[in-house]
Amino acid sequence: MKEVVLVVTAVILSLAAAGAIVRIAIGPSLLDRVLASDVLLAILGAALAIDMALNKHLNNLMLLVALAVIGFIGSVTVARFVAERREQNNES
Amino acid sequence: MSPDASGLDVVIDAVTAVFLVVGALMSLGAAIGLLRFPDLMSRMHAATKPQVLGLFLMLAAIGLQMRTWWVWPVLLVAWIFQLLTAPVSAHMVGRSAYRTKHGHREKLTKDELEAVVQRAAAGQEPRSEN
Repeated sequence: MKEVVLVVTAVILSLAAAGAIVRIAIGPSLLDRVLASDVLLAILGAALAIDMALNKHLNNLMLLVALAVIGFIGSVTVARFVAERREQNNES
Repeated sequence: MSPDASGLDVVIDAVTAVFLVVGALMSLGAAIGLLRFPDLMSRMHAATKPQVLGLFLMLAAIGLQMRTWWVWPVLLVAWIFQLLTAPVSAHMVGRSAYRTKHGHREKLTKDELEAVVQRAAAGQEPRSEN
Protein backbone atom coordinates (compact mmCIF):
# COMPACT_ATOMS: atom_id res chain seq x y z
CA MET A 1 0.00 0.00 0.00
CA LYS A 2 2.89 2.34 0.80
CA GLU A 3 4.47 1.68 -2.59
CA VAL A 4 1.13 2.21 -4.34
CA VAL A 5 0.63 5.56 -2.61
CA LEU A 6 4.19 6.55 -3.44
CA VAL A 7 3.81 5.73 -7.12
CA VAL A 8 0.40 7.39 -7.43
CA THR A 9 1.50 10.60 -5.73
CA ALA A 10 4.76 10.64 -7.70
CA VAL A 11 2.86 10.43 -10.98
CA ILE A 12 0.37 13.10 -9.93
CA LEU A 13 3.07 15.47 -8.70
CA SER A 14 5.15 14.93 -11.82
CA LEU A 15 2.21 15.85 -14.02
CA ALA A 16 1.51 18.89 -11.84
CA ALA A 17 5.16 19.99 -11.98
CA ALA A 18 5.15 19.56 -15.76
CA GLY A 19 2.08 21.77 -16.02
CA ALA A 20 3.63 24.43 -13.82
CA ILE A 21 6.85 24.35 -15.84
CA VAL A 22 4.89 24.70 -19.07
CA ARG A 23 3.18 27.76 -17.63
CA ILE A 24 6.56 29.16 -16.60
CA ALA A 25 7.80 28.65 -20.14
CA ILE A 26 4.82 30.07 -22.05
CA GLY A 27 3.56 32.51 -19.43
CA PRO A 28 2.71 35.73 -21.22
CA SER A 29 3.85 38.01 -18.41
CA LEU A 30 6.33 38.03 -15.57
CA LEU A 31 3.62 37.72 -12.92
CA ASP A 32 2.29 34.54 -14.54
CA ARG A 33 5.76 33.07 -14.25
CA VAL A 34 6.07 34.15 -10.63
CA LEU A 35 2.75 32.52 -9.84
CA ALA A 36 3.68 29.32 -11.65
CA SER A 37 7.02 29.13 -9.88
CA ASP A 38 5.17 29.57 -6.60
CA VAL A 39 3.03 26.58 -7.51
CA LEU A 40 6.18 24.65 -8.44
CA LEU A 41 7.57 25.46 -5.00
CA ALA A 42 4.36 24.20 -3.39
CA ILE A 43 4.68 20.98 -5.40
CA LEU A 44 8.26 20.56 -4.17
CA GLY A 45 7.04 21.06 -0.60
CA ALA A 46 4.35 18.45 -1.19
CA ALA A 47 7.00 16.01 -2.41
CA LEU A 48 9.09 16.63 0.72
CA ALA A 49 6.02 16.11 2.91
CA ILE A 50 5.15 12.86 1.15
CA ASP A 51 8.70 11.64 1.73
CA MET A 52 8.42 12.51 5.42
CA ALA A 53 5.01 10.87 5.81
CA LEU A 54 5.87 7.63 4.04
CA ASN A 55 9.33 7.16 5.53
CA LYS A 56 8.30 8.39 8.99
CA HIS A 57 10.97 10.97 9.65
CA LEU A 58 10.93 14.72 10.26
CA ASN A 59 14.20 15.75 8.64
CA ASN A 60 12.59 17.96 6.01
CA LEU A 61 10.25 19.94 8.25
CA MET A 62 12.49 22.98 8.58
CA LEU A 63 13.12 22.77 4.84
CA LEU A 64 9.36 22.95 4.33
CA VAL A 65 9.14 26.12 6.42
CA ALA A 66 12.13 27.56 4.55
CA LEU A 67 10.36 26.84 1.26
CA ALA A 68 7.38 28.84 2.48
CA VAL A 69 9.68 31.74 3.38
CA ILE A 70 11.41 31.61 0.01
CA GLY A 71 8.11 31.57 -1.86
CA PHE A 72 6.76 34.47 0.15
CA ILE A 73 9.85 36.66 -0.21
CA GLY A 74 10.23 35.80 -3.88
CA SER A 75 6.70 36.64 -4.92
CA VAL A 76 6.52 39.82 -2.84
CA THR A 77 9.86 41.06 -4.17
CA VAL A 78 9.05 40.38 -7.80
CA ALA A 79 5.57 41.89 -7.47
CA ARG A 80 7.09 45.02 -5.97
CA PHE A 81 9.74 45.18 -8.68
CA VAL A 82 7.19 44.83 -11.48
CA ALA A 83 5.03 47.60 -10.05
CA GLU A 84 7.88 50.05 -9.68
CA ARG A 85 9.29 49.29 -13.09
CA ARG A 86 5.94 49.76 -14.83
CA GLU A 87 5.34 53.03 -13.00
CA GLN A 88 8.70 54.34 -14.15
CA ASN A 89 7.87 53.32 -17.70
CA ASN A 90 4.56 55.14 -17.47
CA GLU A 91 6.24 58.28 -16.24
CA SER A 92 8.92 58.33 -18.87
CA MET B 1 3.05 -1.66 6.14
CA SER B 2 3.94 -4.29 8.69
CA PRO B 3 2.07 -7.60 8.42
CA ASP B 4 1.07 -7.60 12.11
CA ALA B 5 -0.70 -4.26 11.90
CA SER B 6 -3.71 -3.94 14.12
CA GLY B 7 -7.03 -2.53 13.03
CA LEU B 8 -6.26 1.02 14.12
CA ASP B 9 -3.00 1.00 12.19
CA VAL B 10 -4.82 -0.07 9.05
CA VAL B 11 -7.33 2.74 9.48
CA ILE B 12 -4.60 5.31 10.10
CA ASP B 13 -2.64 4.14 7.09
CA ALA B 14 -5.73 4.30 4.90
CA VAL B 15 -6.54 7.83 6.07
CA THR B 16 -2.92 8.81 5.45
CA ALA B 17 -3.03 7.40 1.95
CA VAL B 18 -6.23 9.29 1.18
CA PHE B 19 -4.76 12.53 2.55
CA LEU B 20 -1.58 12.15 0.51
CA VAL B 21 -3.37 11.36 -2.73
CA VAL B 22 -5.92 14.17 -2.29
CA GLY B 23 -3.12 16.60 -1.40
CA ALA B 24 -1.25 15.60 -4.53
CA LEU B 25 -4.45 16.06 -6.54
CA MET B 26 -4.58 19.64 -5.21
CA SER B 27 -1.23 20.26 -6.87
CA LEU B 28 -2.48 18.70 -10.08
CA GLY B 29 -5.59 20.87 -9.93
CA ALA B 30 -3.45 23.95 -9.50
CA ALA B 31 -1.35 22.98 -12.52
CA ILE B 32 -4.45 22.37 -14.65
CA GLY B 33 -5.87 25.68 -13.50
CA LEU B 34 -2.62 27.43 -14.38
CA LEU B 35 -2.75 25.98 -17.87
CA ARG B 36 -6.44 26.45 -18.62
CA PHE B 37 -7.58 29.65 -16.90
CA PRO B 38 -7.58 32.74 -19.11
CA ASP B 39 -5.94 35.46 -17.04
CA LEU B 40 -3.77 36.09 -14.02
CA MET B 41 -6.50 36.63 -11.45
CA SER B 42 -8.19 33.30 -12.08
CA ARG B 43 -4.80 31.59 -12.15
CA MET B 44 -4.11 33.06 -8.73
CA HIS B 45 -7.33 31.45 -7.55
CA ALA B 46 -6.08 28.07 -8.72
CA ALA B 47 -2.58 28.53 -7.31
CA THR B 48 -3.71 28.77 -3.68
CA LYS B 49 -5.06 25.22 -3.57
CA PRO B 50 -1.78 23.34 -2.98
CA GLN B 51 -0.44 26.14 -0.79
CA VAL B 52 -3.17 25.93 1.84
CA LEU B 53 -5.37 22.83 1.61
CA GLY B 54 -2.72 20.68 -0.02
CA LEU B 55 -0.14 21.57 2.61
CA PHE B 56 -2.71 20.95 5.36
CA LEU B 57 -3.46 17.47 4.06
CA MET B 58 0.23 16.64 3.73
CA LEU B 59 1.04 17.83 7.24
CA ALA B 60 -1.93 15.94 8.65
CA ALA B 61 -0.62 12.81 6.94
CA ILE B 62 2.79 13.36 8.54
CA GLY B 63 1.21 13.82 11.94
CA LEU B 64 -0.86 10.66 11.53
CA GLN B 65 2.16 8.63 10.49
CA MET B 66 4.52 9.84 13.21
CA ARG B 67 2.08 8.74 15.96
CA THR B 68 3.45 11.16 18.55
CA TRP B 69 1.73 14.13 20.08
CA TRP B 70 4.57 16.61 20.19
CA VAL B 71 4.82 16.74 16.41
CA TRP B 72 1.36 18.28 15.97
CA PRO B 73 2.27 21.79 17.30
CA VAL B 74 5.30 21.88 15.01
CA LEU B 75 3.16 20.98 12.01
CA LEU B 76 0.56 23.53 13.08
CA VAL B 77 3.23 26.24 13.24
CA ALA B 78 4.41 25.34 9.73
CA TRP B 79 0.84 25.43 8.41
CA ILE B 80 -0.06 28.70 10.15
CA PHE B 81 3.08 30.29 8.75
CA GLN B 82 2.03 29.33 5.25
CA LEU B 83 -1.47 30.55 6.04
CA LEU B 84 -0.11 33.95 7.08
CA THR B 85 2.26 34.45 4.16
CA ALA B 86 0.10 33.18 1.28
CA PRO B 87 -2.50 36.02 1.46
CA VAL B 88 0.21 38.68 1.67
CA SER B 89 2.06 37.47 -1.40
CA ALA B 90 -1.24 36.96 -3.25
CA HIS B 91 -2.22 40.50 -2.33
CA MET B 92 1.06 41.88 -3.63
CA VAL B 93 0.86 39.92 -6.87
CA GLY B 94 -2.77 40.84 -7.44
CA ARG B 95 -2.14 44.50 -6.67
CA SER B 96 0.72 44.80 -9.09
CA ALA B 97 -1.26 42.80 -11.65
CA TYR B 98 -4.10 45.30 -11.36
CA ARG B 99 -1.77 48.28 -11.51
CA THR B 100 0.07 47.01 -14.57
CA LYS B 101 -3.24 46.21 -16.30
CA HIS B 102 -2.95 42.46 -16.57
CA GLY B 103 -5.96 40.36 -17.32
CA HIS B 104 -9.28 41.09 -18.92
CA ARG B 105 -10.81 44.04 -17.16
CA GLU B 106 -14.04 43.73 -19.13
CA LYS B 107 -14.71 40.23 -17.77
CA LEU B 108 -15.03 41.47 -14.21
CA THR B 109 -18.60 41.71 -12.97
CA LYS B 110 -17.67 44.31 -10.34
CA ASP B 111 -14.56 46.45 -10.11
CA GLU B 112 -14.49 48.18 -6.77
CA LEU B 113 -10.82 49.06 -6.98
CA GLU B 114 -11.07 51.25 -10.08
CA ALA B 115 -12.74 54.19 -8.31
CA VAL B 116 -10.19 54.04 -5.50
CA VAL B 117 -7.26 53.97 -7.91
CA GLN B 118 -8.65 56.86 -9.93
CA ARG B 119 -9.28 58.90 -6.80
CA ALA B 120 -5.72 58.24 -5.61
CA ALA B 121 -4.32 59.18 -9.00
CA ALA B 122 -6.40 62.35 -9.03
CA GLY B 123 -5.22 63.23 -5.53
CA GLN B 124 -1.60 62.70 -6.37
CA GLU B 125 -1.52 64.23 -9.82
CA PRO B 126 -4.27 66.84 -10.26
CA ARG B 127 -2.62 68.36 -13.31
CA SER B 128 -2.69 65.12 -15.29
CA GLU B 129 -6.43 64.78 -14.60
CA ASN B 130 -7.17 68.28 -15.85
